[in-house]
Amino acid sequence: MSVEVRIPTILRTFTGGAKAVHGTGATLQQVLDDIEARNPGLKDRIVESETLRRFVNVYVNDEDVRFSGGLNAPIADGDIVVVLPAVAGG
Amino acid sequence: MYRLGPAIAPNVTAVLKIAREHVEAMIAHAREDHPDEACGVIVGPEDSDVPTRLVRMINADRSPTFFRFDPEEQFALYKAMSAAGEEIVVVYHSHTSTEAYPSRTDIALASEPQAHYVLVSTAESGASDGPVSVRSYRIVDGVVTEEEIDVTE
Repeated sequence: MSVEVRIPTILRTFTGGAKAVHGTGATLQQVLDDIEARNPGLKDRIVESETLRRFVNVYVNDEDVRFSGGLNAPIADGDIVVVLPAVAGG
Repeated sequence: MYRLGPAIAPNVTAVLKIAREHVEAMIAHAREDHPDEACGVIVGPEDSDVPTRLVRMINADRSPTFFRFDPEEQFALYKAMSAAGEEIVVVYHSHTSTEAYPSRTDIALASEPQAHYVLVSTAESGASDGPVSVRSYRIVDGVVTEEEIDVTE
């Protein structure tokens, strides 16, 4: 099973500049672990204390994973995972 | 009436080139949402550094001291930009009781290194036609660099 993970500009320092990387796994957690193996440091910018970082949004296909299990969100072959840092401030 | 850019900026070398209509649209949005913070983007062709299309975004926090794009609306924006080969060129938001300078939260959460961060302060004017200030910054790795604003007609 292979899925495409779209990487935002700010995290492309971890992917050698690549806008997207490919990974495998049955859950978001597994996919992130898989891509971390080839892009060290990336996962830490998305996950904190075993949960998604508060100011990072992750979407699987058209769904915000906060509504579909977070890191346990199921992933199917051909899915597209989009990582978007929240645009926020004070 | 509005003031643009730094009052004294001998070391400013970077420039945001932006259309007058976009400056005025950001100010109008900030006034309308006052006393809550208004936020939005101006997108443009990837790698062009040219802001062409202004999109008002919902402040999901609806707060006078915080803003956050609604995650669903932000994703819709992402999809539209991807389809059109666009990226965020300007991220703007208002400060409604403080100056047009990035707050600590703004700096900590800035995640668009390619973007110009534009601050509009309605602290002086409120929602009325009084003076506002508009300033632009780069925020990369926690470092804030103010830049000139070059308004084009």
